[in-house]
Amino acid sequence: MDYNKLLNPTVVEIKPSGIRKFFDIAETMKDVISLGVGEPDFATPWKVRNAGITSLENSQTRYTSNWGLEKLRVEIASYVKRKYDLTYDPKSEILVTVGGSEAIDAAIRAVVSYGDEVIIPQPSYVCYEPITALAGGVPVIIETKAENDFKLTPEELLASISPRTKALILPYPCNPTGAIMEREDLEAIAEILRERDILVISDEIYAELTYGGKHHVSIAAIDGMAERTVVVNGFSKTFSMTGWRLGYACGPEPIMRQITKIHQFAIMCAPTTSQYAAIEALRSCDGEVEEMREEYDMRRRLMVAGFNKLGLTCREPKGAFYAFPCVASTGMTCEEFCEKLLYEKKVAIVPGTAFGRGGEGFVRASYCYSTEHIKEALRRIGEFLEELKR
Amino acid sequence: MNLKLLKLLSKNARYRDDELAAMTGREESEIRDEIKEMEDKGLIRGYKTVVDWERMDSAYVSALIELRVTPKAGLGFEEVAKKVMKYPEVESVYLMSGGYDLSVMVKGKTFQEVALFVAKELSTIDSVISTATHFVLRRYKELDVELIGSDKDDRGNISL
Repeated sequence: MDYNKLLNPTVVEIKPSGIRKFFDIAETMKDVISLGVGEPDFATPWKVRNAGITSLENSQTRYTSNWGLEKLRVEIASYVKRKYDLTYDPKSEILVTVGGSEAIDAAIRAVVSYGDEVIIPQPSYVCYEPITALAGGVPVIIETKAENDFKLTPEELLASISPRTKALILPYPCNPTGAIMEREDLEAIAEILRERDILVISDEIYAELTYGGKHHVSIAAIDGMAERTVVVNGFSKTFSMTGWRLGYACGPEPIMRQITKIHQFAIMCAPTTSQYAAIEALRSCDGEVEEMREEYDMRRRLMVAGFNKLGLTCREPKGAFYAFPCVASTGMTCEEFCEKLLYEKKVAIVPGTAFGRGGEGFVRASYCYSTEHIKEALRRIGEFLEELKR
Repeated sequence: MNLKLLKLLSKNARYRDDELAAMTGREESEIRDEIKEMEDKGLIRGYKTVVDWERMDSAYVSALIELRVTPKAGLGFEEVAKKVMKYPEVESVYLMSGGYDLSVMVKGKTFQEVALFVAKELSTIDSVISTATHFVLRRYKELDVELIGSDKDDRGNISL
């Protein structure tokens, strides 16, 4: 059997995620302390779990509509209105998906055909590039800059637009940089996009995790942008529901109708139990979310102060749950740094280059861990840096 | 007073001042002063350790005692509560609503020791009408801390 003949070369060429590589090494070692996981350590709030259990007890175990439960879509519509002042018709503009990931995939596939370009700011989450490639598209990378707080600037965007540009990925609040786009930043981006036929795929999965009193602003809330934006959001990060695999996409009907076709044939519908649980999450978990957010905020401050104290410059991340300190001062590349740190001190963090070439010089440390865990990791990193100086 | 600071300390009294300062976004000296002030004013009453005594050979037993009491004119339950709380065997005393009046946690080396203490000391107090003793058989959670099971991180090795 000649597998090479068989396999799709586009798929074969996709590199496995750089995050995995370090975890695979870490897994073979004992007593490793990891700051690698980008997943909440909290359990899903009990009432949400209970809503899932109750739905099972009531035998709600069948498919839902392809779009998702209508009750849930109505809740999503009222939630995004309440939180981000976005207006969507639950009947035709909201699709419930298997995590935000599926929504991103379907949105990209709905607009990209062979040779079309998708603009992707990096460092950012690892999925946009391979999904674009799988759709036959061409990823056009913008390397956002530390001096701009890793925000996307209008100049960078303008320079990347070509006649073949079909979509812009807007990954804010950003994994791994912790950057957010504030209203004025978005206004400047919107100014460029309003006169063009380019779809914004706004990945807002971390929207509820912003700090320092800065509330998330969706680009779809900016004048003239709702009609050219698909907002992707989900339950994983906000409600600690990663394993439930539930997200959603909101956008203009002509696009959502096509996205839903892809969803219908690839997925059928999102998991029913999760959908029932999600209704409860949207209705009654503001308090729990606020509590988790406060806890993240405390850990965030502890970690950022810790890195800076150790001499690794760490700008203040304004969203998500990652610190993104600079390790260039050690004279090592970020991969060397992470590898050496893992072997010598058994601390697993992720090199910035896993999120695009622009991540060179930085490492990502997640603060989805207890303060004790974070303190121990920082202590080991401190030792590591001391020994480097000798 | 700083609620955030108190919440942190009530979770873990061993945070260092610089850590508390980082987590609350304030100066270390402010944190120090504020803790001192809260201690002086009696808002912070002490710092203790959550121990899983069952892991020790010298474990002790404890019991929840329900006391029904005749309140005194003008003094209510205050007088008897103050008397009960002075015994070193008594860990906590609460005034309760419902079927009885005072809830008293008592500890001792053996079940017998606790039972004797209740019989000889608590039930002989003038205004005590009756006692009911409930022994603790196992502790699962103490002061917000889970004593059984482990907090193993079972998050998968996933790329995100």
